[in-house]
Order: sequence, then C-alpha cells, then structure tokens
Amino acid sequence: MSYPVRKFDAVIVGAGGAGLRAALQLSEAGCKVAVLSKVFPTRSHTVAAQGGVGAALANMGEDSWHWHMYDTVKGSDWLGDQDAIEFMCREAPKSVIELEHFGMPFDRNENGSVYQRPFGGHMQNFGAGPPSQRSCCAADRTGHAMLHTLYQRNVRSNTHFFVEWMALDLIRDSSGQAVGVTAMEMETGEVSIFHSKAVLFATGGAGRVYASSTNAFINTGDGLGIVSRAGIPLEDMEFWQFHPTGVAGAGVLITEGVRGEGGYLLNKDGERFMERYAPNAKDLASRDVVARAMATEIKDGRGCGDNADHVMLKLDHLGEELIESKLPGIREISKKFANVDPVKDPIPVVPTCHYMMGGIPTNYRGEVVAPSGENKEAIVPGLFAAGECACASVHGANRLGTNSLTDLLVFGKSAGNSTVEFLKQNREHKDLPRDAGDLTRERLDRLNNQTNGESVSEVGAALRQTMQRNCGVFRFPDLLANGVAEIKEVEQRVMRTQISDKSKVFNTARIEALELDNLIEVAMASLVSAEARQESRGAHDRADFSDRDDENWLKHTLWFKEGNRLDYKPVHMNPLTAETIEPKVRTY
Amino acid sequence: MLFKIYRYDPDKDAKPYMKEYDVELSSSDRMLLDALIRIKEMDDSLSIRRSCREGVCGSDAMNINGKNGLACVTSLATLKSPVELRPLPGMPVIRDLIVDMSQFFKQYHSVTPYLVNEQPAPDTERLQSPKERAQLDGLYECILCACCSTACPSFWWNPDKFVGPAGLLQAYRFLADTRDQSSSQRLDNLEDPYRLFRCHSIMNCVDVCPKGLNPTKAIGKIKDMLVKRMV
Repeated sequence: MSYPVRKFDAVIVGAGGAGLRAALQLSEAGCKVAVLSKVFPTRSHTVAAQGGVGAALANMGEDSWHWHMYDTVKGSDWLGDQDAIEFMCREAPKSVIELEHFGMPFDRNENGSVYQRPFGGHMQNFGAGPPSQRSCCAADRTGHAMLHTLYQRNVRSNTHFFVEWMALDLIRDSSGQAVGVTAMEMETGEVSIFHSKAVLFATGGAGRVYASSTNAFINTGDGLGIVSRAGIPLEDMEFWQFHPTGVAGAGVLITEGVRGEGGYLLNKDGERFMERYAPNAKDLASRDVVARAMATEIKDGRGCGDNADHVMLKLDHLGEELIESKLPGIREISKKFANVDPVKDPIPVVPTCHYMMGGIPTNYRGEVVAPSGENKEAIVPGLFAAGECACASVHGANRLGTNSLTDLLVFGKSAGNSTVEFLKQNREHKDLPRDAGDLTRERLDRLNNQTNGESVSEVGAALRQTMQRNCGVFRFPDLLANGVAEIKEVEQRVMRTQISDKSKVFNTARIEALELDNLIEVAMASLVSAEARQESRGAHDRADFSDRDDENWLKHTLWFKEGNRLDYKPVHMNPLTAETIEPKVRTY
Repeated sequence: MLFKIYRYDPDKDAKPYMKEYDVELSSSDRMLLDALIRIKEMDDSLSIRRSCREGVCGSDAMNINGKNGLACVTSLATLKSPVELRPLPGMPVIRDLIVDMSQFFKQYHSVTPYLVNEQPAPDTERLQSPKERAQLDGLYECILCACCSTACPSFWWNPDKFVGPAGLLQAYRFLADTRDQSSSQRLDNLEDPYRLFRCHSIMNCVDVCPKGLNPTKAIGKIKDMLVKRMV
C-alpha cells in the first residue's frame, strides 16, 4: 500500500523565522506552497530569541554594513564565507525595515526610529571600536515579536500551513533532484507524500543533542537528519555555540542584551574577570571568548555557589526602570528559574549549548550544495535551506549575537526567492521515484515491530550525555575519541528503539523516537567532525592544538552519513563586492 | 508527589478517565513540566504538547488543580498534592492533555491579526514615538496559549461567535498601533452583540494569563472606541 500523495509547487519544512520568511516570498509570488510544522508556527523556537536582530541602520551612532561584515568575519574566526557574509550584512538593514513595515513592534528612540542596543563583538571602525549599537530589538522579546509578525504577515498572504505535521524523509529522484518529502500528521498518525517541484528546509537547530541547552524540546535537527539520510553532507558540525549566560541548573537563556545594556560578569571574588580576557570589549567580547573565560574561571576554582560551578551576572546597577523597560522578560525568567530578582541580586549563569553554526551546506542564495565529482559545491536541484539548519556559511566557527535573526530574515527571503526562480524554470513536477516512501515505511515498521528494544528516553539521555561530556566548551583528544566510540554505541541503540504506545492518535512517544533518529545523525556528525579538526578556531577549542591553523584548517568540514566519512572544501575568501578581510590574530 | 491526570486515547479508550501517578522527583525538578517529563519516562503513552519550557511558546497550557496555566512555568512547590491535571476546558480533546485549538485560532484569525497600512512603504522605518510604542506593551506579548479564552464562560458558551479574550487582545493590539490604518474596519468587524459584547468583565482571563496581560482592559478600550465613534 502506498502513501497518499499531495501535490504542491513547493514544500517548506519548518515554520520558524526562516520558514515563515521564505513562505512569504512564495505565497506572494502566487506559488502553491505547503508549510509543514511540528508545532503551531508561533511556537517555533525563533520565539525564544531575546536580544535583537543585527543590522547597520546607524540609528544610534555611525555604522555601516562593512563594519558589520568585518565583525562577522572576525567573529567567525575567518571560517565564514565572505560572499555570504557580505550578502547578509548588506541586506540586513533592508530586511529589518521590511519587518518594521510588516508591523514588528520594535522599541523606539525619541525621534521615532528603531532603538538599537550594543551586543557582543559588534564594533565601529572595522573592529577598532567603540562598540556599535546595531541590535534592533523589541525589549528582550525580539524573537517573539518577530515570529508573531511574520506569522501575521503569512495570515495576510493566505499561506497554507500543515500544523503539527512532522516531515520524515526527503524524496530525491534518480538524478538527485528533490521531488518531495514524506510527513506524518501527528493528530492521526497518517503519513502522506508531499510531491513538489522544490523542497525548502527551515527546521532550525538541534541543541537538544546536549544535556544542558537553551533550546526548546522541538530542536532536534530534523532537517539535518532527513538530508543526511538522503545522501547530503552536513557542514562544520563541530562548531557549537555555548551561550555564556544560561541560568545555572535550568539552562534557560539570559540574553547577551543584559551585557549590551551594561550588565557584567563576576567571579566568586567579585572580580569583573572579563577585563583580563578581553581588555577592550570586556563583557561584550564574542560568545566563544566569554564562554571560555567563564569556563576557565570555574575550572580554576573561582566559580560561585556551593559547588563553585557558575559565575554571576550583575545588572542591579542598571536600575529597576531600565530593567523593566528593556529587560522585562529576563526579570521574569530570573524570578521563575533562579529565584532571583535581578533588580536586587545577580543571576547565576553558566555557558550552555545554544546554537549550531554548522548545518546543511548552502550558498548565499539558499541553494543546497554538495560535492559532485570535482565540484565541491554542485547545486542539488530543487533543494533549498535557510536559517539555523542551513550553513551558508555566515557564522563560521562562532556566531555573533543578533546574527541568527539576521540570518533567518535575509536567507529566508533569499532562499524563498531562489525557490520562486527555480519554480519559474521548472514548471512541471518530476515523477516520484518508484521507491518514494519506502525509507519512511521501513523506519515506521521497524519502530512499530521492535521487540526487546531500547527505551527512547534512556537512549536519548545517553546521546545527550555523550555530547555533553565529550564535546563541550573545551575539547580534549581522549574525550573526543571516547565520544566517537560512545556515540557509535548509542547509534546501535537508536536503531533498536521501542515504544510501548502504538496508538495512531497524537502519539508523542512515536514522534520522540523519530526525532531521536535525527538527533543521532547530528551528534555523530558533530563528534566525528570535532575529533578530526586538529586546531582551535572559534567555538572549537582543542587542548592539544591550542592555535588556529590557517595553513591546514582554513576549510569547511563536510560529514557524510554513508561510511561516516569526512571531506573538506575551501572557505570563500572573496566577498561579492567588498575587499577580502584577511585572516589575522583574533583579540577583543 | 501524587498526580491525577486526565487520560483519553480515542484509539483505544471508550471514555476518558483519571489516572494516578506517584512520581519520585529529583531536586532539579522545579516546574510541573519537569514532573510531566518524568511521568512520560515511566509511561510513554501520556501525550502533552511542550516546547520552549520557559513560558514563551505557549504549547503546554492545561488545567492545573482547576486553574489554567502553563506547565513549564508553574512551580511544583506552589501545587497542592495530588495535582489534578485536565485539558483546557471547553475544547474538544484530541488525546490526553492535548486539545483541538481550531476554534481558538479561527477567532484569532478573524480579527485581521496583521498590520494594515496601504500607503507606499517609505525607504526607512515608519516612525513611532516611544510613547506611541508603549501603547503596544501588555498587548504584543501574548503567546496564544489559550489559557484566557478557555477560562472564559462567555467563550465556553459561544466559541463560534464570541472572539474571546485572546483574539480581542490582539484586535486591540492593532487598534492601538499608530502605524495601522484600518481602525474603522476593525471596529466594524467587532461591533456585534456576540463578537465583542459577550464579554461581561468576569476577568477570569486576567486571573489566569501566564504573561500577566489584561485582556479585559483591552476589551474595555475597544468598547470605548466604539462609543466614541458613535458620538
């Protein structure tokens, strides 16, 4: 029995910021698009972004996209592709203004323009400083305001959503072209084939591969698992961002905007220790630098609390009025998750997994690229990706705060436009291959019929612990090797997961088992890529190779599921119009 | 800690029932959602919605000891044992604590929930003073969790005709926005014995809102606008 087929021009998987921004381009161009999402669109994880979206509007002092570009390249530790970075920084102001026109409730200056706050790693004058005020925000709820605005705009353009549908596998024809996906309606458990001329992934991050994460439960790297099962590599998966300020114990995010507004970090001696690690930028150095400094303080016994396992984020000196107007969400979170009112007391914080710099390899037009013969970046026809699940690569080895929202706006739109173009040139549906849906059926049958299997929650916990212990802020050769061995064992267990609930109706046990199939690909890619990269760059900090090694490692990693194999491709050092920003020593 | 949870799976249960769970909590289990995740580890057949676990996505709204709230920001320490959990009241149950939200979203969609401004867009942002922007505070923060509308007796009786507190809060969010140009159409759309005027200021919505918002106040302001328009 084959699955029912639904036909669309394009399918977008994911309805967070990138998916919604892309969907607008398609809906407004009159394309028949289906947007699949595991959750109602406004519940996507973009909703949790707090501090702002980076764009050189220059509303609050001099700024230029060239400076934004410089900061982003430097922040990426030169692993970012300079053409994509130029594209993002140049388009950012336009994208933010467009969002304002859509109704985004940005904070305002007295003259009525959009308010912008300082953020880590964003400077004036090509890194020389002083800090640039570049982060456009709606208090500390920027992602919430943005996601709702984008959803509302999609309501206006009548976008066709499939809410609570989980995409399962990508369908490619014999030429490799993407011709659709399989997906399960969660309410009924029924699977359909979405037959389309183009597929766009915007499935967000996979922070749930770590035990301690700021990420939502839904961030399970579905797009990454799906494409890697379909033969497409994952790029730069060793680079995971640890946000300096997750609430100790709870993992919930405290925005860098707190430091942007003037907050700072203290160790147990009450010392403002960032002055030692980053004399110029101090607490507004880039995230990898701050997270490492915090981890070093804790490691060297200067952590706070009974277990000396966190540091303190002080902001009471900002005053209640500013905290209430600019950081109200932070106050709410601190009271709820740390039992602290930051108007009076500092917040206990610890570096926490936050963002995946790597992902599905794309160019700056949002087209997915993969090696084919001699060409390391051959376009995969009909396949697009944007947002955190994609690797354009604008974040390289470390993302700057605010650039995730910039990324999803700019590349969501750009991937949407590329899809519209593709549809103009490819007016007919390619035939579905005869085996369309077979992989999905095998996976579902295997799960339904498994006996003497493994518990999904136990295997999931083992996966997260493996990543947490072996692939953290500091990386050691023995731990990485150990991590690769352990994750291979976990992989065997993932192939034997069993659920006792076999109901068809909103079976979240089944959903979680299917998510684990995606998490394992992400974790495997991360550990194998990390063990191989013998240098320290951005968020990848190796004890045995403490320096950046541009001679041997100024290149992107590509991990293939098949054979658990690695390949590499060059970094794009040539911007579109600007001059190359040559690698140099990175200090803040 | 003891929990009594509403269970219903139409695939196998003839009718709903309450199931008891005695859960051993660890010291890191702070919120109700943490306990629900423990329960799911014991019994994978319990279905709930959840995502951000920090009160911004609006997924895990449920009826907790008789009052609507979000599991992820409801501290276990504040709950009387046994903790009784039921789906949001007045909505069709899909399974366990998962309800069909169609009617709720239909009402949200009915208020033209997007900015309307047909003037040609300028090259820069549309200007708005901090004071004008402040009019949106307490409105735009809504997370569409449905705690309010499903606590409202008027919504229970007329979910198809009364917009409900969540939808009306969003209706006012756009009426209050100086950039929006469709106030008169928006008011026309609400001037109806049911859509707006079924609100009898019972204020259950204010009592349960996990974000501390005040739909009743917003509804009052819409009524004021309608009165002003008449004179």
